[in-house]
Amino acid sequence: MVDLTRRFDVLVIGGGNAALCAAISARRAGASVLVLEGAPKFYRGGNTRHTRNMRCAHDAATEILTGPYTEEEFWKDLLLVTGGQTDEELARFMIHESKDILNWIVEQGVRWQPSLGGTLSLGRTNSFFLGGGRAMLNALYRTAEELGVDILYDAEVIDLKIEDGMFLSAALKQPVGGRTEVRASTLVAAAGGFEANIEWLKQYWGEAADNFLIRGTPFNRGAILKMLLAKGVQEIGDPTQCHAVAIDARAPKFDGGIITRHDSVVFGIVVNRHAERFYDEGEDIWPKRYAIWGRLVAAQPDQIAYIIFDSSVVTSFMPTLFPPIAGATIAELAGKLTLDPAALEKTITEFNAAVQPGTFDHTILDDCRTEGITPPKTHWARRIETPPYLAYPVRPGITFTYLGTRVNRQARMLMKDGKPSANMFAAGEIMAGNVLGKGYAAGMGMTIGSVFGRIAGREAARNARN
Amino acid sequence: MHGTKILQEADRLMTVCNSCRYCEGLCAVFPAMEMRRAFSDGDLNYLANLCHACGACYTDCQFSPPHEFNVNVPKTLAVARTESYAAYAWPRAFAGAFARNGLVISLIAALSVAVFIFGFVAVNDPSVLYGIHTGPGAFYRLMPHDVMAMLFGAALLYAILALAMGVRAFWRDIGEPVGMRTDAKALLQAVRDAGELRYLDGGGVGCFNEDDHPTDRRKLYHHFTFYGFALCFAATCVGTLYHYLLAREAPYAWWDLPVVSGTLGGIGLVLGPIGLLTEKRKRDRVLVDEQSTGMDTAFIVMLFLTGVTGLALLLWRDTGAMGPLLALHLGVVFALFITMPYGKFVHGIYRFAALVRYARERQMMQE
Repeated sequence: MVDLTRRFDVLVIGGGNAALCAAISARRAGASVLVLEGAPKFYRGGNTRHTRNMRCAHDAATEILTGPYTEEEFWKDLLLVTGGQTDEELARFMIHESKDILNWIVEQGVRWQPSLGGTLSLGRTNSFFLGGGRAMLNALYRTAEELGVDILYDAEVIDLKIEDGMFLSAALKQPVGGRTEVRASTLVAAAGGFEANIEWLKQYWGEAADNFLIRGTPFNRGAILKMLLAKGVQEIGDPTQCHAVAIDARAPKFDGGIITRHDSVVFGIVVNRHAERFYDEGEDIWPKRYAIWGRLVAAQPDQIAYIIFDSSVVTSFMPTLFPPIAGATIAELAGKLTLDPAALEKTITEFNAAVQPGTFDHTILDDCRTEGITPPKTHWARRIETPPYLAYPVRPGITFTYLGTRVNRQARMLMKDGKPSANMFAAGEIMAGNVLGKGYAAGMGMTIGSVFGRIAGREAARNARN
Repeated sequence: MHGTKILQEADRLMTVCNSCRYCEGLCAVFPAMEMRRAFSDGDLNYLANLCHACGACYTDCQFSPPHEFNVNVPKTLAVARTESYAAYAWPRAFAGAFARNGLVISLIAALSVAVFIFGFVAVNDPSVLYGIHTGPGAFYRLMPHDVMAMLFGAALLYAILALAMGVRAFWRDIGEPVGMRTDAKALLQAVRDAGELRYLDGGGVGCFNEDDHPTDRRKLYHHFTFYGFALCFAATCVGTLYHYLLAREAPYAWWDLPVVSGTLGGIGLVLGPIGLLTEKRKRDRVLVDEQSTGMDTAFIVMLFLTGVTGLALLLWRDTGAMGPLLALHLGVVFALFITMPYGKFVHGIYRFAALVRYARERQMMQE
């Protein structure tokens, strides 16, 4: 049993990568640490459950990384994906620190492996967790427990007592025992974003948000973020934005994870409810533009779309969780998708007629393109003509949100007046917006979590001692 | 569509896993799965036998129960594995032995021991059974060596034939996609992988059990058991060679090769099975196929009895207990031999065949 009457040096709210890195690093610095994870034990770790790799800078190839990835190159990639919406000083600092994380995380029991099948493009830049994100979490929890960190599950925090930027206590609601006041010298908020909070999403997306699928657990409700912002912490990141990809419409509402994704867009066309194309499917290749399709589908009627392709390309992409819906003719396929058969036939006929001759190569921006239709398909355009015709229905799958708390290099929260908080720190998705104003590159969320988690824990422990 | 419910479930899981692939670094099952986009009965039986039941993929899986995707690969493949033993059993008439294997093995073992005791008494004067026999040929006063060699040779040959027929059916069934041919390189790789139980280690951290702490020591105990068994078998072979080639008759002195290797093997066959049974009791129920507990236990107990009766025979071979102990030991070993194709023993054979196939597939992928 955890003694909740005592005063802890460091209270960590959250249970993912950032939270555990903070807890471990604070404990290693000599602090007493309590971790409050709002989810039940099985669902512990929030989005970390579904991750699989981390992007860290390194100057030379390693056993699991195929080549160097310098700080400068990392910075350029970050600049590219965020379109400059980043805090350069903080971002460069994080990139520099990420180098050491490669080893530090191994010291906490996490194991690496070379990049997974189907992710060769990440073999140089990203280090993969052996067994995936949950294996990584298991290792971190094991280490934290061995070090003597106290951990509570199903531990929902319903209120924070904060005065003039100083954390005093947290009100904990437990399944049994009711409300308990937990006191600590410092707070590390690592409780993620609000992607599972449909009501909150509706503020920006309207009723469309009802048709969103959430890729992570239902526990990422942003309650801690909301409390902090309401109590004077400075916000950062566009509150209206979230990272969304197109995922299978048959996926569960929550926690379908990575396996519901589709990377087949480039091999066919995408049509909406009216069987019409609405965006250039050949603009750019996965993984760089993989993320645009969530928002594109979100803007279509009923937030649904259909990737249409034929049986000649069926082995060109990874096998999918849900099988494609098949029809011997376009009309039959349209019937199964409840689309207007005539409209779908018209769209495909026009598309086929517009395809120009070229040499197909899905690994480069090839010269297979359309001419004379709007929108065009600028690469990888090939006629859809080999029955059976196939389709995947897709909906927006929300991965994470960008709104967060402003922090400095110590991972210390900044208050609305710009002053650093006396004893509050943040790490992970809850402060990702500081470096990742928009966009995403694979593995970056975990880098932010581990780097700032480690720093937050260390600084919180130091703060608690003084 | 698949022949059985469990293969249907295995197919569902492999479809889930093949769209995830997070576990591919843990063992051979997932890389083998990735070489396929669809799964025949043979493919699934191959994957089931490739699985060493370390449990890591369950602990690491974000979709294991209570998640609605309900992914439990170790248990599903364990059930499929047991069912595959019956599916490939030869002759077909004996496939039913796998259904109530614990009972079948116990009955055969009891019967076998009884027949040896009865035989010793019926053929010899009862006083011979309790007599003190020492010096070369002491055992053969109870049972002539040629009879012993013939009986056990025949039992072993039958077991080998039945096992070979089973493996043949299995090997054919898992023929795709690389075909049935193999080569020395793949065989050697499989010998190494099986010899060190490479895939019984949770991807390098150890096997998982009741929680996410790898505390399971089945690998160590399996080594005791397997190498114990191998040493005992080697002792028997060396003894037979001594007898026919060098005309040296058992019992041999304590320092002689058959005794040394038999003693070490016997110790392994006592410690190993005790450890395996203990670990088995501690395993998280969610990971294991409860239906196969009888079969697993029967085989482990048979190996344990082989070790214990062998060591007892060594200890008391110069006393009046030698006769009954010899009957007991021979009875147990005989039962072990004839039930080899119809019990847990086959797991080693099928898993080895699967490892050979896997090594071959890896080569072909890299070429």
